Amino acid sequence: MFHALVAVKQVPDTTNIRIDPETGNLIRQGVPTILNPYDAHALAAAVEWKERLGGRITVLSMGPMSAISSVRECIELGADRGIIASARQFSGADTLATSYVLAEMIKRIHEKDPISVLLFGKQAIDGDTAQVGPGVSIRLGFPLITYAVKIHEINLKEKTLVAERKSEQYNEVIQVPLPCGITCEKEIASIPYASLPNLVHSLKYEPEVWTAEQPIAFPPDQIGIKGSPTTVFKTTQPELHTAGEVINTADTGVAPAVKTAIEKIEAAGILDMPEGCA
Amino acid sequence: MIRRFWVFIEQVECTAHPVSWELIGVARRLADQVRDEATSAGDTVVVEAVVVGKDVKAVAEEGLQYGADHVYVVEGEVFAHYRNQAYARALVMVVQKYKPEVFFIGATTLGRDLAGAVATSLGTGLTADCTRLEMGEVKEGAGKLLLATRPAFGGNVIATIVCRTHRPQMSSVRPRVFPMPEKVSKVKGDVSYEKIPIKEEEIGAKIVRLIQNEAGSAKIEYADVLVAGGRALGGPEGFNLLKDLADVLGGEVAATRPCVDAGWISVDHQVGQTGKTVRPKLYIAAGISGAIQHKVGMQDSDFILAINRDPHAPIFEVATLGIVGDLFEVIPALIQQVKDAREVQHA
Ligand SMILES: Cc1cc2nc3c(=O)[nH]c(=O)nc-3n(C[C@H](O)[C@H](O)[C@H](O)COP(=O)(O)OP(=O)(O)OC[C@H]3O[C@@H](n4cnc5c(N)ncnc54)[C@H](O)[C@@H]3O)c2cc1C
Ligand SMILES: Nc1ncnc2c1ncn2[C@@H]1O[C@H](COP(=O)(O)O)[C@@H](O)[C@H]1O
Repeated sequence: MFHALVAVKQVPDTTNIRIDPETGNLIRQGVPTILNPYDAHALAAAVEWKERLGGRITVLSMGPMSAISSVRECIELGADRGIIASARQFSGADTLATSYVLAEMIKRIHEKDPISVLLFGKQAIDGDTAQVGPGVSIRLGFPLITYAVKIHEINLKEKTLVAERKSEQYNEVIQVPLPCGITCEKEIASIPYASLPNLVHSLKYEPEVWTAEQPIAFPPDQIGIKGSPTTVFKTTQPELHTAGEVINTADTGVAPAVKTAIEKIEAAGILDMPEGCA
Repeated sequence: MIRRFWVFIEQVECTAHPVSWELIGVARRLADQVRDEATSAGDTVVVEAVVVGKDVKAVAEEGLQYGADHVYVVEGEVFAHYRNQAYARALVMVVQKYKPEVFFIGATTLGRDLAGAVATSLGTGLTADCTRLEMGEVKEGAGKLLLATRPAFGGNVIATIVCRTHRPQMSSVRPRVFPMPEKVSKVKGDVSYEKIPIKEEEIGAKIVRLIQNEAGSAKIEYADVLVAGGRALGGPEGFNLLKDLADVLGGEVAATRPCVDAGWISVDHQVGQTGKTVRPKLYIAAGISGAIQHKVGMQDSDFILAINRDPHAPIFEVATLGIVGDLFEVIPALIQQVKDAREVQHA
């Protein structure tokens, strides 16, 4: 039976982030949180394959309890089971501690209900690290296809999956044995419309909550801040660049503005503009 | 004790990715920053690189020319084409053997795929996409650590990350963030071979087919001139206009993300946080508003010429020179004036 597990993260919508100009800190208040966009596409791929093969989809998210809304969104789109890993002890985790918790939980899920495919977004937009997918897969010993743009085939009998990824030189079509991990680009699948029954179901759906003690008792030194080798030493605001001169074509006309621009580029010695260009 | 600063040399079919050399340059600079500290403790500091592949001796030697003191080579048929499990295993084994203090990997598609797997296997910290790297003290007298600085939250915050107790301290770095070091004429380092026992059967992934990316696959990171366009272009035809300008200037075309999302141009042209970092000599931004996610990818260009109808567009904050105007008038005028001047020159 086909069983896809999708790891999803709830993230602040980074387009709407504002910084306190006095303190340089993030103003979290009023910043909406969203399901990480790449994860939504990973889920969409799982939904497509569930339609073809039958089976089910589990979503797993580590984060504060507010992640319930992201998990409900996944149920709406076609996931069957939602689990939230939420505990004070998990907080402050870097990608190593995150991949540890997710991998341990996935092992537990896998024992009872074997997983065919693990799906991740290519990266989470709050940190853009793209490390959790590879981290979890290597911990589980699953072969991994990153930056997948297309799943060509999932063969449950042969226990193989064929997917395509884009690297700098090639589009690589790769075959891996199941179970495997995949990190997804947006092209992998488009987000489906939620069906009415799913919508209704998701409103009442209560995800399972797993803590640092239940059902897995995590060693405290492996999780959260204690289990994270990296720490933020300091944060600053991006350097402000000084704006250069601005010419308005409404004042000068187009041709003279362009002439000035070419002169300045030449004068900066940056371009070997053709001699006599300006 | 030997303090090793390591770089992964990325190669495909025996052609090294230039980011590898940029990283050797960084490693050299950082090694110098701990030289005094090391000398007084009786330690030596070395810059070394590791390359994995098939028949990659020439690449290893190139590493020496770019300033590595030593290059470790892992060769074999299983490494002929990049596969995560094989390469990760090889790197983990050599790292465990030599215990470098710092390990840099290029933040390319290949490098990011690899770095996450290697760091997790080693149980150490990894900071992705660093834009500044220094060795510095976090606590007085505690010795210098790698201070890895990167943008976070979509470029709205700059965070400096440290990895206090775990080794190696790992970072991935995008191409073009750091300058290319000079090739040295007299190579002093050498190359050695590491035996890594991995059999083909142990690697799950099989490559079924490789499809060469179209010739159009843009290498915008290394272009001297980029003519970039934004949503204002209104469609794929808009990019033809930019291509004409790029052609007369001998440059390449780049784009913002909405243009890529709309399918006007392929993703390898995208500049920014989720695209590429570029630092050309000349960056022409036409009809680009200058969102933070775009600026983080291009603001270190030498000369930025911004063309935008809106005098309040944030792109003007980073522009060396701004032209407030309609790009559909300004770009053709630019093309014309450059062409005219060429004709005068050739006459
Ligand atoms: C997580 C995340 C990651 C992102 N990553 C990236 C990234 O890597 N790269 C990226 O580019 N964006 C990225 N974005 C998107 C980014 O936030 C902006 O939405 C995007 O850069 C805006 O693109 P634009 O400037 O082309 O379009 P717009 O913001 O719509 O700007 C168009 C500009 O054109 C001007 N204009 C209109 N008509 C004309 C004309 N005829 N002549 C001259 N000027 C004209 C307008 O005044 C306007 O300023 C990301 C967003 C998120 C949330
Ligand atoms: N806290 C989390 N809970 C569940 N999945 C996560 C979490 N963090 C990261 N992921 C998954 O890992 C992917 C890569 O995240 P990152 O390495 O943080 O860029 C995301 O797209 C998710 O699929």
